Amino acid sequence: MGAGCGRRVVVLTYSRQELFAHHGNSSLAYGTQNEMDGECLGKKKKGGTSLNSTDTETATQTPVLQVRNVSKRFGGVKALNNVSLEVHRGEIKGLVGDNGAGKSTLIKIIAGVYPPDGGEVLINGEPVHFSSPRDARKYGIETVYQNLALSENLDVPSNFFLGRELVVGGLLKPLKLMRLGEMQKRARQAIEDLHVKIPAITSQVRWMSGGQRQAVAVARSAFWKGQLLLLDEPTAALGVEESGEVMRLLKNLATEQKISMIVISHNLEHVWSLCDSIDVLRQGKKVASVRKDETTPEEVVGFITGAHAVAGSK
Amino acid sequence: MNKSVNNVKPEKSLTQSFFILWDRVGILLVFLVVCLIFGILTPRFFHPLNIINVIRQVSIIGVIAVGMTFVILLGLIDLSVGSIVAFTGMIAAALQVKWGGGLFLSITIPLLVGTGIGFFNGYVSTKGNIHPFIVTLGTMSIFRGATLLVAQGRPISGMNPEFRYIGGGMVGAIPFPVILFIGSVIFAGWILKRTVFGRYTYSIGGNPEAALLSGIQVDSHKVKCFCILGFLGGLSGLILTSRLNSAEMLAGSGYELDVIGAVIIGGTSLFGGEGGVYGTLVGALLMGSVTNGLNLLGVQPYWQMIVRGSILIAALLMDRLKRRFLEQ
Ligand SMILES: Nc1ncnc2c1ncn2[C@@H]1O[C@H](COP(=O)(O)OP(=O)(O)O)[C@@H](O)[C@H]1O
Ligand SMILES: [Mg+2]
Repeated sequence: MGAGCGRRVVVLTYSRQELFAHHGNSSLAYGTQNEMDGECLGKKKKGGTSLNSTDTETATQTPVLQVRNVSKRFGGVKALNNVSLEVHRGEIKGLVGDNGAGKSTLIKIIAGVYPPDGGEVLINGEPVHFSSPRDARKYGIETVYQNLALSENLDVPSNFFLGRELVVGGLLKPLKLMRLGEMQKRARQAIEDLHVKIPAITSQVRWMSGGQRQAVAVARSAFWKGQLLLLDEPTAALGVEESGEVMRLLKNLATEQKISMIVISHNLEHVWSLCDSIDVLRQGKKVASVRKDETTPEEVVGFITGAHAVAGSK
Repeated sequence: MNKSVNNVKPEKSLTQSFFILWDRVGILLVFLVVCLIFGILTPRFFHPLNIINVIRQVSIIGVIAVGMTFVILLGLIDLSVGSIVAFTGMIAAALQVKWGGGLFLSITIPLLVGTGIGFFNGYVSTKGNIHPFIVTLGTMSIFRGATLLVAQGRPISGMNPEFRYIGGGMVGAIPFPVILFIGSVIFAGWILKRTVFGRYTYSIGGNPEAALLSGIQVDSHKVKCFCILGFLGGLSGLILTSRLNSAEMLAGSGYELDVIGAVIIGGTSLFGGEGGVYGTLVGALLMGSVTNGLNLLGVQPYWQMIVRGSILIAALLMDRLKRRFLEQ
């Protein structure tokens, strides 16, 4: 059946990550069975996570993402200063901080947009050096950037597959002839699966509202079924109803697909309803890392503004 | 699948719908009206010999305009096309007449040289982070000078009989250059619509940052598009030298205006990301018909220059208006 080709690429990429994950924690028993089962990553993912959904197990596992002492400088601006952070399998991490705190820069380093000046990034325990977002995506890292990074002049399927188009194989492969119908079909399916409401999948993104664009960007990153989703202010600049819709989408991804996430938001209500833990950046430094059930919004605001003394930071 | 497209309509205002419709058929209508007017003013306009003459003339500008469509779709520009035509045409002539190259070399080397100039334009502007407007202004002068150097003060005439087929041959009733032109339109149209290369071209023109964040190698794609334009500039140089049976020192001067004009009039946005090569086909035909019509009417060349420049500015204003209404 025609649906095989493009998806298989993803599956292979993904299974590689799973393999790394398993090497990283030999104590867990579910590895072998799933390693053999290379056909559907969605299923596999669920199977894997349901076995270690309890907190104790999560704590012993190799984190999906480890950022160690990362620094980044733009000219005279020290955007990030020795920042470390961990995200575990299935964890939803809120990343908060004032404007200019370095949140987007951190996301972009993880996503392969910038190389860090110092420090390292590990995926499933393996140190990685991304030279482009393409590299990061090979490791199952999907990103919704603050500016969305959609091509307004293209339609939804084109945006979904931008940079990794499905092409006709065989002898024609070097021509990179796109499988337009197939891409449209899959994008449509993804949009429907996630119950995203947009006017028409074949209309240019230009004609969509801010909320619809945001939904498209989130749906695109969900579509590729990565293991780590990075979301930079996914509800900023949206109306109440629209941001509710995006929140619904994210919760859905978190509960049903068990994808790990880092969510940047200024809206603590959203952070609270979505996240398991919260890290706070302030002037390029990480000043706090707290579990949601061990803190209060007031305390987090204190960390953000600097009113609270540094606590729980690493 | 297409029925859902109509559902979008409520999102668009009346003006926006007008500009979308204009994009589809506007320029074609203008073209037909212009032809009709010339046809009424001077009956010779619709004479078959004249039509063949027009489309043959259009082909020389047209093949370059096809390449220019790629570059303008990226939101970039190339002013050196006239000099590419002159230089490659001169090389082709020198190879045959002065340097004793055969037919094969006098076709392939100019095409390679054209591609190489395109590569230079693209590479210097992307790596050096200089707007191609400036880089190609430089190469425009460089290769005009190089043309004069090769020519050593006089045009080179007397091409091989086989070589003369490129610009002068006929396939049935259709001039060979027209086949080259239409062929390149169809091929480019196919690339833009169906291949990843085309998709990246639109993506980079629409939102270069998004393209970069999607892992597209933006710079190398730009260089490739300049190479395509350089290659087609070389092809145009071959056609021109072949048709005139001579490589003139001032060949191709002013082509940039006609070529860019054809692309913009054809609805490709100077800001990138919108348009296509079939619009360019109509744009080139329109530019060619206006020139020809004015010639037939005996309008002085000075006036023609004024008219062509005005058409270009009108098309640019239309583009600007279109953008403003589409983006609000
Ligand atoms: N590409 C860049 N070039 C120069 N300075 C930058 C760049 N990106 C971010 N910065 C600077 O780095 C600091 C952190 O920015 P950013 O990561 O965008 O913060 P946040 O997302 O938390 O608001 C700011 O002072 C910002 O001006
Ligand atoms: Mg930011």
